[in-house]
Amino acid sequence: MFVPGDAAALALGADRVAGAIDREARWRGMEVRIVRNGSRGLFWLEPLVEVATSSGRIAYGPVAAEDVPALFDAGLPEGREHPRRLGRIDELPYLARQRRIVMNRVGIVDPGSLGDYLAHGGGRGLERARRMAPAGIVEAVIDAGLRGRGGAAFPTGIKWQTALAAAATPKYVVANADEGDSGTYSDRMLMEGDPFCLIEGMAIAGLAVGATRGYVYVRSEYPHAIARLEAAAAAAADWLRDQSVDFAIEVRKGAGSYVCGEETAMLESIEGRRGEVRAKPPLPAIAGLFGQPTVINNVVTLASVPAILAEGAAGCRDHGVGRSRGTLPFQLAGNIRHGGLVELPFGQTLRELLYDFGGGSRTGRPLRAVQVGGPLGAYLPEAAFDTPLDHEAFAAIGASLGHGGIVAFDDSVDMSRQARYAFAFCAAESCGKCTPCRIGAVRGVELMDQLRAGDGSRIGLLRDLCDTMIHGSLCAMGAMTSNPVLSALDHFPEDFA
Amino acid sequence: MFTPARGLVMAVRETRELEAIIHRHGRRPDALLPILHDIQEAHGHVPAGLLLALASALGLSRAEVHGVVSYYRHFRQTPPGRHVVRVCCAEACQAAGAEAVAEHARHHAGDLTVEPVYCLGLCAVGPAVQVDETSLHARMTPDKFDALLRELEQAP
Repeated sequence: MFVPGDAAALALGADRVAGAIDREARWRGMEVRIVRNGSRGLFWLEPLVEVATSSGRIAYGPVAAEDVPALFDAGLPEGREHPRRLGRIDELPYLARQRRIVMNRVGIVDPGSLGDYLAHGGGRGLERARRMAPAGIVEAVIDAGLRGRGGAAFPTGIKWQTALAAAATPKYVVANADEGDSGTYSDRMLMEGDPFCLIEGMAIAGLAVGATRGYVYVRSEYPHAIARLEAAAAAAADWLRDQSVDFAIEVRKGAGSYVCGEETAMLESIEGRRGEVRAKPPLPAIAGLFGQPTVINNVVTLASVPAILAEGAAGCRDHGVGRSRGTLPFQLAGNIRHGGLVELPFGQTLRELLYDFGGGSRTGRPLRAVQVGGPLGAYLPEAAFDTPLDHEAFAAIGASLGHGGIVAFDDSVDMSRQARYAFAFCAAESCGKCTPCRIGAVRGVELMDQLRAGDGSRIGLLRDLCDTMIHGSLCAMGAMTSNPVLSALDHFPEDFA
Repeated sequence: MFTPARGLVMAVRETRELEAIIHRHGRRPDALLPILHDIQEAHGHVPAGLLLALASALGLSRAEVHGVVSYYRHFRQTPPGRHVVRVCCAEACQAAGAEAVAEHARHHAGDLTVEPVYCLGLCAVGPAVQVDETSLHARMTPDKFDALLRELEQAP
């Protein structure tokens, strides 16, 4: 039986359910092995219990600890009928309509078992990479058209090529697991549900650029992911040696700073300093961690690499639209009925995600706004729901896909309040290095307070301030805070009157 | 009140602990964050009295170490309450009613430390709450928060 150990499932009582199943089975003298898998990402059905039967894995959910005796009475271990029975997990429309490539093992394998990872197709990418020249690995990643999944969507292979060409040694690989954007949790799900895939991706990146040491920088808000990764890194150390790969991984815990998700601030933090951003150039690929050539990629980006090496670049390249190739694990969040992880090729629309998958709002009221791409992403009105989900189409409407997080709000939302929050968040999280961000965010909160108190004459100054922050800030924190502010102002002017 | 003996005993114990933690991570500047995490785990906060010894062990100035401790929200410079309750106040939880939960929590904290956190990655099941970096609670409401507080009161 499978009872997720994913943090969201735990928050809904998965540990109590696992305990109840174990007790009930003992009491009945039955032998049941409970695997704490990752989550399938259908969070309104969590805790979602699966039973392996001769006709596939049968799902039950949501299951409460109190339901367990009745479930056993009905024949849970054999996958029999019960009001909570959902049927074969892979036939549930929410999953069957997805195209899971990077998240294809999450929820299926035992994340604590390297053997299970290898039995489900893991390890083959690294095996192939070992027999290739570094330039060949880089070529495969370029050929796949893989772009960074962390938000900036920079071509991964180009970054690797720069680090490969850098002469200095040692070189480093850093996995950016500082998933601080509200509405995003795909990195967390992958680290908790398939941690060896990230490790394999990092080892391949190491072979590609000539790095022998890797860091995973995980935010302190993710203690469960940290525990899973540390166990996996320890288990993988021997495996990497067996593969004759000289690569060691250290898991670093963040300390509650949003800016440390910015790559140069992350390097500062790993080096033991305040998470202040560095001016670029030099690019981290040339002079990064400890001044050495460093590849920094997001978790999902690195986890996409093993399949590209194992199955070939076409598996990624042949999906998607325009310059957005492959699939993206979208995350439905906020006020949404069927919140969860939806991995799809680029190119579908927001509307399909929000209604066909998400089922509209959780409260049953009309959806009024969605924020795509985290706290620095734009708020979009219903008129924009038909925009195709691809980086360029979103850029064209002044928005960004970012890390694929989609936060839904119903019609009770006050958009001027959300705009004020965007500044308040920037004021709280600014690293303080550059003035437009450090001072601008505070002035923004003041302006929003004046505006909300009825002083409509401040809108001109608000736009000026955003313009200064966009053009004068050192990194995306200050420059992109204007996205939620200006999009709220432009699309929902009635809330600013 | 002047109690030198007690202060001295504390200092010796703390110094030994600190030595062990530094030894575990190495005397390198880049070990600073892992060391601070371990100190906080041992003491519940990062006592100011340790900063000078820590700084000289890593070849840093006390100001540099203080700068790091005060920069990161996770590190606390004073001891926390009996439990630390973090209420997620980021957008996805806001959309699901986090402000009412946070407001309620602030007024009913008692001897607990209640603080906002910006995203626990539980964005599909918010509002989310984390207790002592161990237990997680989804779809929080003011009523459920009161039940959680009662549970914490009964817990050892």
